[in-house]
Amino acid sequence: MNRTRTLTAGAATLAAALALTACAGGGDEGGGDGEATSLSVYIDSSPASVALWEGLKAAYAEENPDVTIEVETHPAGSEGDNLIKTRLATGEMNDLFWYNSGSLFQALNPDQNLVPLDDEEWVGSIDDNFATVVSTDTALYGAPVGASFAGAVIYNKTIYEDLGLEVPTTWDDYMANNQAIKDAGLVAVAQTYGDTWTSQVPVLGDFYNVEAADPGWAEAYTEGEKKYADEPALAGFEHLQEVYDAGFLNEDFASAVYDDAVRMLAEGEAAHYPMLTGNVASSIGENYPDAADTLGVFPLPSSVSDDNGLTVWMPNGMYIPKSTEGAQLEAAKEFIAWLVTPDSCAVQAETTDVGGPFVVDGCELPDDVPALVSDMQPYFDSGDTGLALEFLSPIKGPALEQITVEVGSGIRSAEDGAALYDEDVVKQAQQLGLDW
Amino acid sequence: MTLVRPALEGATERPARRQTRRAGARSPYPTWFFLPAGVFYLVLFVVPTGASFWFALTRWNLFSAEFVGLANFQQFFREPALVKGFVNTFVYAFLTSGAKVVLGLALAVLLTSQIIARGWLRSVVFFPVLVSTIGVGVMFKVLLDPFDGAVNTVLSWVGVTGPGWLTDPSLALFSVALVDVWKGVGLATLIYIAGLVAIPQEYYEAARVDGANAWQNFRSITLPLVRPATVTVVLLSLIGGLRSFDLIWTMTRGGPGFSSDVIGSVIYKQYQAGFYGLSTAGNVVLFVVIALIIFPLSRWLNRKEVTL
Repeated sequence: MNRTRTLTAGAATLAAALALTACAGGGDEGGGDGEATSLSVYIDSSPASVALWEGLKAAYAEENPDVTIEVETHPAGSEGDNLIKTRLATGEMNDLFWYNSGSLFQALNPDQNLVPLDDEEWVGSIDDNFATVVSTDTALYGAPVGASFAGAVIYNKTIYEDLGLEVPTTWDDYMANNQAIKDAGLVAVAQTYGDTWTSQVPVLGDFYNVEAADPGWAEAYTEGEKKYADEPALAGFEHLQEVYDAGFLNEDFASAVYDDAVRMLAEGEAAHYPMLTGNVASSIGENYPDAADTLGVFPLPSSVSDDNGLTVWMPNGMYIPKSTEGAQLEAAKEFIAWLVTPDSCAVQAETTDVGGPFVVDGCELPDDVPALVSDMQPYFDSGDTGLALEFLSPIKGPALEQITVEVGSGIRSAEDGAALYDEDVVKQAQQLGLDW
Repeated sequence: MTLVRPALEGATERPARRQTRRAGARSPYPTWFFLPAGVFYLVLFVVPTGASFWFALTRWNLFSAEFVGLANFQQFFREPALVKGFVNTFVYAFLTSGAKVVLGLALAVLLTSQIIARGWLRSVVFFPVLVSTIGVGVMFKVLLDPFDGAVNTVLSWVGVTGPGWLTDPSLALFSVALVDVWKGVGLATLIYIAGLVAIPQEYYEAARVDGANAWQNFRSITLPLVRPATVTVVLLSLIGGLRSFDLIWTMTRGGPGFSSDVIGSVIYKQYQAGFYGLSTAGNVVLFVVIALIIFPLSRWLNRKEVTL
């Protein structure tokens, strides 16, 4: 008797607790029937993203006074990845969210969690490259917000002029330039291993050269047939080591952070910095407006092929989770349709410092972009661009930045580093259920 | 006398507990009285612990979990950084707890002697314990910067070129361990002070009559009689050292490369990468390792205490 009562009471308490949690989960604003009045968007909290979305929010309010856009932020990087995945898994995602395209997008299980957007009118107007990086085999799920950018060498044009140097197109030319710069008493290559993520750019930005030397490499890589320990991909690791061995780095490379390198470049202390153009463009806009004309960009030169082209990253996509339904869904789709118009691109160019061309037809870059961005346009015009590996293959190992720090600071050899990275990506392949 | 007391306390406590359990029916509280705490305990502790043992056996991406048997453990032990992480964890744990024992006892002896401003000095030693670990990590990262950091700047005044404390792969772990000792030695000192003041003065007086010198006093009276405090300090700092993560993560993120990785940071990186099953398996490994070290050690240390 006593025991039964205890059990019943326990069950009741548990049920109450569950009911409470369920309520908390369902506390999404709006929803259901009737005209949607407010849409909630989940974005990352970097200052540039917040500024961009403040601008878009205000512009959309003018066009469409009936709908209010509410912006909620999450930390950038892997912490944000986990929040996104958790919200999707529990059905608590905002009405829309803004997130990476490519392999990170693929890791969200799009077919299970996102609303397909193939039938929307704007789909025809977006760049084919972008369309592939927000699609699975079954459908397209994302619309671009933001501009593309490249992983390349940012260089100081004044130093090049003073020393009479020319933009290098091969690895040997690049190393000769580095020697000349070092002889002139300047830092040839700035590296910033205090921010470990920056160390990956020389390897990731070299991918155009890999694909140029061995077309179809990315696909074979996904299938486990190609490895970083072999050429042409090994070259990226070798270059990291060569630059270190030759003593071209800044003295404080091990502790310097990203901002230090941009400052060195802008103030003419350093000549080269392999980096993402999107990041540098916004740093110039925020901190070094005077450097807008002196900083240029050229692709990471190759030692394995004669081609010379830019490795390009695609902007983030806008996605709608399956938990958005009814009037909210209609309003969300309408909002997305506006986001891929030239009007929206103009707002984006105004509120942020874009690091490359847009991927929507009819969206032009403003005339006053920094030299960094205008230097990229010729490569786009001639078609000498290729997507970064993370858009062509879902395989990316988590330890790449530690390994590139080791190779780039002489702790580990290029061959060892590349082999270790090949080990590292096996986990990702298993997690994705690939048969390696 | 003092030596027997802890053993006696334990002895009186155990039968008492057994009695309450047997007398469950006559408990002064009705059963429902335990429910809130019980539900709390069940939902927040028992269920997650049980679930973690299950998820450690799956490939889990938060959306779905696929049973893979012991593959995660296999993978975890193949992790290149893990061997390094294991070695580093033990080096770090034994180094920091050893240093805390030696320094803590030395400081406690100093701070129980008749010196000026004793109370103030005690609080100075204890102060770092109160500061947030993250704050300490961020502060020391700035202080130990190889070029602009205060430490190397001061060293350069006396003509010494300071090393890259956190950027030299062979030094990074030891630099972090030193900071850990600085932060944690206050607690060890506090425990030792309590242990030292509990030693009856009669022993020292008797020793003085026998003509013992200071070293003999310390060696034959203080050290054996302060043993319960040593046991506490060793266990606490060893557990703390084995599961150390926050200080290492704020100061070096396991770097440069993998040179200051510990088990905690290896697990965290797997979690960050979205390998939830793998990182859960890592936590199970960490749990087992700590249990395997601490249980026998604790029994051994405590048994010694009783037979002494």
